[in-house]
Amino acid sequence: MIRRLIAACLILLTCALAAQAQERTIQDVLQEHRAEIEKSSRKTIGPAIDAIANSGLSAAQTVLETWQNKGMWQRKADGLFFYAAPGAGGTYTLFDFDSGAEVGAVDKGDLDQLKPNSGIRAMIGAALVQFQLNDPNPARRRDALLAIQRDGEESHLAPLRASIEGETDPAIKALKETTERLLTIRFDPDEASRVAAIEGFRGALSLDARAALNPLVTTKIVYAEGLPDGANIKRALKPGKDIPVSDAFALMVAAGAATPPPSVAERKAALEAHIVDGKVGGRPVADLNTQESRDSAYAALAEAGQAPAYDVNFSEETVVKGAPFAEVYDEPSKAVTDAAEATLGSINRAVGFNQFLDLSLDGLSLASIYFLAAIGLAITFGVMGVINMAHGEFIMMGAYTGYVVQQIVPDYTVSIILAIPLAFAVTFAAGVAMERLIIRWLYNRPLETLLATFGVSIALQQLAKNIFGTQARPLTSPGWLDGALTFNDVVSISYIRIAIFVLALIFLGVFLFIMKKTRLGLETRAVTQNPRMAASMGINPDKVNMLTFGLGSGIAGIAGVAIGLYAKVTSELGSDYIVQSFMTVVVGGVGNIWGTLLGAGLIGFLQKGIEWFNPSNTLAAQTYMIIFIIIFIQFRPKGIIALKGRAAGD
Amino acid sequence: MDMFKKNPSLPVFVAVLVIFTLAVTFMSEAYGAGGISTSFVKTLGKTLCLALVAIAMDLVWGYTGILSLGHFAFFGLGGYMIGMWLMYARTKLIVLDSFANAPLPPTASEISDAIGTQIFGVVGSSDFPLVWYFAHSFWAQIALVVLVPGILALVFGWLAFRSRVTGVYLSILTQAMTLALSLYLFQNDSGLRGNNGLSGLQNLPGADGVSQDYISIWFFWASALALLLTYLVAAFIVSGKFGSVIRGIRDDEARVRFLGYSVEGFKLFVFTLTAVIAAIGGALYYPQAGIINPAEIAPIASIYLAVWVAIGGRGRIYGAVIGAAFVSLVSTYFTGGQAPDVNLGFYTIKWVDWWLVLLGLSFVLVTLFAPKGIGGLFDLISGRMSPNRHGVPLGPDKGSLREEEAEK
Amino acid sequence: MSGAGTLLEVSGISVTFDGFRAINNLSFNIGHAELRAIIGPNGAGKTTFMDIVTGKTKPDEGKVLWGDMSRNLIGMNEAKIARAGIGRKFQRPTVFEDQSVFENLLMAVKNDRNPLKVLFFRPKFKDFAKVEELAAEIGLSDQLERRSGELSHGQKQWLEIGMLLAQDPKLLLVDEPAAGMTLGEREHTTDILKEAAKTRAVVVVEHDMDFVRRLDCKVTVLHEGSVLAEGSLDHVTKNQDVIDVYLGR
Repeated sequence: MIRRLIAACLILLTCALAAQAQERTIQDVLQEHRAEIEKSSRKTIGPAIDAIANSGLSAAQTVLETWQNKGMWQRKADGLFFYAAPGAGGTYTLFDFDSGAEVGAVDKGDLDQLKPNSGIRAMIGAALVQFQLNDPNPARRRDALLAIQRDGEESHLAPLRASIEGETDPAIKALKETTERLLTIRFDPDEASRVAAIEGFRGALSLDARAALNPLVTTKIVYAEGLPDGANIKRALKPGKDIPVSDAFALMVAAGAATPPPSVAERKAALEAHIVDGKVGGRPVADLNTQESRDSAYAALAEAGQAPAYDVNFSEETVVKGAPFAEVYDEPSKAVTDAAEATLGSINRAVGFNQFLDLSLDGLSLASIYFLAAIGLAITFGVMGVINMAHGEFIMMGAYTGYVVQQIVPDYTVSIILAIPLAFAVTFAAGVAMERLIIRWLYNRPLETLLATFGVSIALQQLAKNIFGTQARPLTSPGWLDGALTFNDVVSISYIRIAIFVLALIFLGVFLFIMKKTRLGLETRAVTQNPRMAASMGINPDKVNMLTFGLGSGIAGIAGVAIGLYAKVTSELGSDYIVQSFMTVVVGGVGNIWGTLLGAGLIGFLQKGIEWFNPSNTLAAQTYMIIFIIIFIQFRPKGIIALKGRAAGD
Repeated sequence: MDMFKKNPSLPVFVAVLVIFTLAVTFMSEAYGAGGISTSFVKTLGKTLCLALVAIAMDLVWGYTGILSLGHFAFFGLGGYMIGMWLMYARTKLIVLDSFANAPLPPTASEISDAIGTQIFGVVGSSDFPLVWYFAHSFWAQIALVVLVPGILALVFGWLAFRSRVTGVYLSILTQAMTLALSLYLFQNDSGLRGNNGLSGLQNLPGADGVSQDYISIWFFWASALALLLTYLVAAFIVSGKFGSVIRGIRDDEARVRFLGYSVEGFKLFVFTLTAVIAAIGGALYYPQAGIINPAEIAPIASIYLAVWVAIGGRGRIYGAVIGAAFVSLVSTYFTGGQAPDVNLGFYTIKWVDWWLVLLGLSFVLVTLFAPKGIGGLFDLISGRMSPNRHGVPLGPDKGSLREEEAEK
Repeated sequence: MSGAGTLLEVSGISVTFDGFRAINNLSFNIGHAELRAIIGPNGAGKTTFMDIVTGKTKPDEGKVLWGDMSRNLIGMNEAKIARAGIGRKFQRPTVFEDQSVFENLLMAVKNDRNPLKVLFFRPKFKDFAKVEELAAEIGLSDQLERRSGELSHGQKQWLEIGMLLAQDPKLLLVDEPAAGMTLGEREHTTDILKEAAKTRAVVVVEHDMDFVRRLDCKVTVLHEGSVLAEGSLDHVTKNQDVIDVYLGR
């Protein structure tokens, strides 16, 4: 019976508790911890915040956020908590946390605002993290994680770990795991879990991983005498070999293990201070124009007690010799630093590989630019044998055409689409005019063609300066070409470069098509190989030459639009590319488009490669590039793909 | 003597140069009436140096057929070499001066550090680069004026000629060399003050008491003397069998080879010798200009050099002198703002802006219609005519004179 | 068979241009004072053969041995081979048209070819005498001061032969000397060559059978890069292979 009664009571109690729990509001939780909340002290507030956070009530997050933003008010009359909005006439409208219902307007005098201090606000913030991490909106979860990555705290660790389990979105789950490892590395007191977290980054490429690991392996160089036993020593250093003697000496001085002798400047100052009747230490001032004589004068001063003693035979080397120096990790745990070093090694290998990929992409895009700049020349110089120094200015004309079109047509996409055929038309016309007026009188006089076209080049360049001024003009790419294709934190390539690459491929195709498949190509090859024979077969060499030259120039114009998108449009745009363009054609092998392609590839990749060794210095890279080409020509004077035998014209 | 027989213009040139030098001297502010301003004396002195380097260009291009687009780089290098000594020596004097009031006399290393700070402060350094090792010695730098461009030309020429690079390919290669050199000098860590170049070269060390009026005329004399000597050397070279051989190389390189002459050796000799002549010209030019920077060495300058020679008339020494003098003086006139603007009503032509357009176009016209340049006018007077060629090229070499040109 | 009588021995040379075999295992000998004519249809490799001997083209395989010491000429440059004593006349007359006949001949006269020596060279009496003698031989004595560009086509050919003789070579390679000459000029050319062959070896490449007949010497027929027949002109013209080659296609 008693057992039954007890059982019944228990059931009742349970039911009552359950009922109570069901009906329990956030107000109840707040009221339970009313004293702590009112006291608002960092030392005692913890249980209150935890109780709210762990209450499992939907209003908990609102309460915490309101509280943190100083938006929670307490009604003096009954001690209940509300959030409030200012109403009319110094009154505040109160709202219930649980239902969100309006409770009524109350005079400000009957309310107390809860003003948590910054310490408490931080605690509330930490408690809020779990809500953000479990927010139903994935974007907010991601924002919270990124915020933690930027600005993590030890307190974030527990809610973060707790939230991983229930995460459904795989991308965010991965992000959470990464973030958890980052935080573990930084804050977890347990060495083993830190090591595990570090090793979790093996082979990772992200900047965050490197940023988390790099601080673990920072070291400083110290004078190792009296170093605490627990110091995490990376390696012992030998002065003169691993560290400069002067640095080692300075460390000893800083540690109080050595006294620096008076420096050259100090000794000089001492000598200057003790000039008496044109003499110092018994030596005439006029003699003190060598360090030896100054040293001996100073020795005399020191002997007389007028200056600190100075041992002439002093050498920092003898002092530091045999003294212990070490490179010491800032991180005390050896297990952690070892793991970090190993992981960083693997990351660096991965990064190095990816940097190589990135560099290759850079090289590819530079090669495309050179190829674009050179492909017109491959026609006029490579096929026709006409050396056109104004080719660079045709590129410039193309770029300015693009600029002018953009001034008239504001839509960037439309203007680029318009600019390409227009640039072709403008430079085609210029090329034909030049061929008719100048070049055709100079066939077979290549050096004079070079000089005459050079004359055209300086005239065009100055003309462009007169019309457009000397400052750079922008040629803006359409919006869809902005940004970059990003593969990971290391490898990316901008869309403009991809577009230039594609354009280069298209040009290659167009060139091959025209030369191999069209009547013009056939006639061009016939005329360049044997003009008399071609003429006798009914081909008009004048017309063919004119059209071919126009074609080469027109392509230069289109290349100009592409290059203008990538570089600033100035009157010197063309001359920046002309030498490299000729080099591309010559290195590749004159008269062969595949040679030009290889030449552009060689020059582009090589220049990027050289820049990689000395990243800050493009000028040096270009210098070495040109020297390389000069040497290359030694071994393959006719370029990579050389025409052999009688056809080569020797 | 053979030299005079082959160069009937030689005595005329010598006479003109002597008269010109005397006339300028007696009209200068230093030694005469003062009809010619000091700055114009400097312009004339510089023009003489340009004529000198044009002779070098004519030897290498007009006579040997190598269109070098690198000779102005050698000219600039010569300027750099002498500029290093001028700048060092003068800075040293200034530094010593500043030490004069110091309580202790300076030590050698203090002086050197102070000079280094003065010279290299602009590129954020104070240490002397290795290339300045000889800068303290006048004679060493004078030797370097000849040696550095000479050795560069020797090495480059050896590489280029032995691989039988000819014609436009050689031109492009020399242009690449020039570009590489100027890009290198543009770097701050090249040791030659990057794009700041060397400046204050017009001040002769130890001649602070002498006014520029005198210094300018001294340099003018030196330039005139150098020009005269270069002219004589060039006339000597082209008059004898050597002249025959190099003109042969220009017209038909292969034929000369089959005669048993080592074409490469001859080309290398001419290329190196003219590089040295150009460097000497530069060493005289830049102290008059006062400043040298890498822009002076840019490929365009070497192309202008070719332009002068072409306008003056290549293949004759006086042609080069006339071309260089004419174009550079006219250029000074137009770009100096002295030329009056032309008002067309709707547009005013400012010559500062339009001079290059005019020069470019007139260059095209000269190439097309007067390939012999100004020198061709003298042929009309002396009746020196080219052989009638009946439409055959002069030789198989692409760089050679062609029928049309020879017909005129 | 490099006997005492052989000046130039070419053995087993081959050269290929882009897959086309211009010279195919060619062997050829010539003695110290011999006149030899080489004939053959177009593309037989006559000019390429000369290119190889003079160092202009490097053969893929084979040897070119020269003189009593049997020096291998392959690998030497043109100028060195020329100085060793092989003179060459091109198909087209190539004289230095911008320069006088005297200058052309003087340049060719055998003297030190070192650039510095050339720079300070001033002609001595014997050089003038040599030039006069050569000019007489080629019939240009009264044209010495004229520019060679003003000469007639035949005169240029002679001048070029004169320049060859001035080099004092042991072997003369002459490529189509009679092309474009009048009958009288041809006779003069034949005389010059025959005279030259008395003291040195002369190899003449020629298309014109009448001219070859007039030379009256041993003939080598080239076809597709190798020797087809060798012997007197009458002998080779009776050879069935030669007839096939010249008439068969």
